[in-house]
Amino acid sequence: MTAASVPDWTRGEPGVALQRCAGCAHVWYFRRGFCPACGREAPETFAAGGQGTVHAATLVHRAPDDAYRALAPYGLVLVELDEGPRMMAHAPADLAIGDRVVLGFREIAGRPLPYFQRSRPPGGADR
Amino acid sequence: MSFVLGSGLTRFGRHEGRGTLDLMSEAAAAALADAGLERGDIDGLICGYATTMPHIMLATVFAEHFGLKPTYAHAVQVGGATGFAMTMLAHLLVDSGAARRVLVVGGENRMTGQSRDASIQALAQAGHPVYEVPFGPTIPAYYGLVASRYMHEHGSSEADFAELAALMRRNAVRHPGAHFRDPITAADVLASRPIATPLKMLDCCPVSDGGCAVVIGREPGRLAPVAIRAATQVHTSQHVSAAPDLGTFGAGRSTARALEAAGRSLADVEYGAIYDSFTVTLALLLEEIGLAPRGGSGQLARDGHFELDGALPLNTHGGLLSYGHCGVAGAMAHLAETHLQMTGRAGERQVPRAGVALLHGDGGVLSSHVSLVMEAA
Repeated sequence: MTAASVPDWTRGEPGVALQRCAGCAHVWYFRRGFCPACGREAPETFAAGGQGTVHAATLVHRAPDDAYRALAPYGLVLVELDEGPRMMAHAPADLAIGDRVVLGFREIAGRPLPYFQRSRPPGGADR
Repeated sequence: MSFVLGSGLTRFGRHEGRGTLDLMSEAAAAALADAGLERGDIDGLICGYATTMPHIMLATVFAEHFGLKPTYAHAVQVGGATGFAMTMLAHLLVDSGAARRVLVVGGENRMTGQSRDASIQALAQAGHPVYEVPFGPTIPAYYGLVASRYMHEHGSSEADFAELAALMRRNAVRHPGAHFRDPITAADVLASRPIATPLKMLDCCPVSDGGCAVVIGREPGRLAPVAIRAATQVHTSQHVSAAPDLGTFGAGRSTARALEAAGRSLADVEYGAIYDSFTVTLALLLEEIGLAPRGGSGQLARDGHFELDGALPLNTHGGLLSYGHCGVAGAMAHLAETHLQMTGRAGERQVPRAGVALLHGDGGVLSSHVSLVMEAA
């Protein structure tokens, strides 16, 4: 799949694009034209499957500007995707570290942003 | 090796009507007076940055304003680690012979020079502009994420973090220049309003106006000699999303290298000057460095370990949490206080022994780390 055909929320499309090095198999999130681990160029860009685990979570009460003040308090999480990299996203307030989550998208502060929700009921097994 | 020849620290808090250059000048003049030096004695100048006065050549602007004609001058930007990074550079410059006496100066009207929102937004830009900032994070939110993970992995509680805020306030009560001097208890910290869970208002440092400066020289000056024995850095990652481990950011590796270079160990450290932008920052740094067991810094604070007469007096001016935080000069205040302690001039805050000090600062979201080992000769 070419980089341009993988949906990428940073371009307004409903998807999370990851990259993989054909040389050392390193997988990462912040898009660039080379592998940050080994320097090899022309990485493969692929779509994240959307499954992950909550790695860290906060509920933001003091927002940075008026657009976010209207949403406060809002849940902000770091999700460890099953492919390996972590990503920041919005989430419900009640998510806990270790919760299994699934990727969705919500219109937030005027644009579609990644929003993770619990993928099975509370009390389900963690990893 | 290099020596701290003098230090100057302004009051932190509200300095209505005074700009970055005013605050830098006040601190620089105080540091020169402390060292017993004139402007003409300075041949090197290292400045930081100011969010209220962005400039591509701040050091040259300050040299012209203050009346210096250095043969070495430029600015440095490493977020909250800037003050110690500037000091490290001055140490290297005089040690190499590139300069004899370097003025290191920071200052900013971060509180009164812009709106609270502008300050919060400027600082949040430490995050990734494409992959993080669109989610409406703030610096407290980045640290709230780190704190949540840290509590999960190491068993720290909000009450443990609160002990560190109360400790910094007990220290600040004794310093007339501190931004906040009203006593608070751990219960007050726990009851303060939420900012970004688990962090509450009193877990966060304030935004202050202020300035701080030190003079670093090749030879000791008129004051009791205080030597910089070693200076090190570690940079693991910039963004919290890309941090490999939210409990191990590089502080331990940096301080271990600094102590080894100084021929010292953690057991030799008699005074600690550790960056404390948030309570979790201080807890995590103390614990990663090894000055407290993992998850145990709150209990050590409860036990009196970090008091003036305890085993390891810490940020005796009140730290960023209570002396205040005006950007580059924020952590430099830790250095100025260390200098006072090591020269026996800290007055009612004086600790019994401060022969070996370990200083550690971080910038970003525990992104950049700078450590200094200082010794009273």
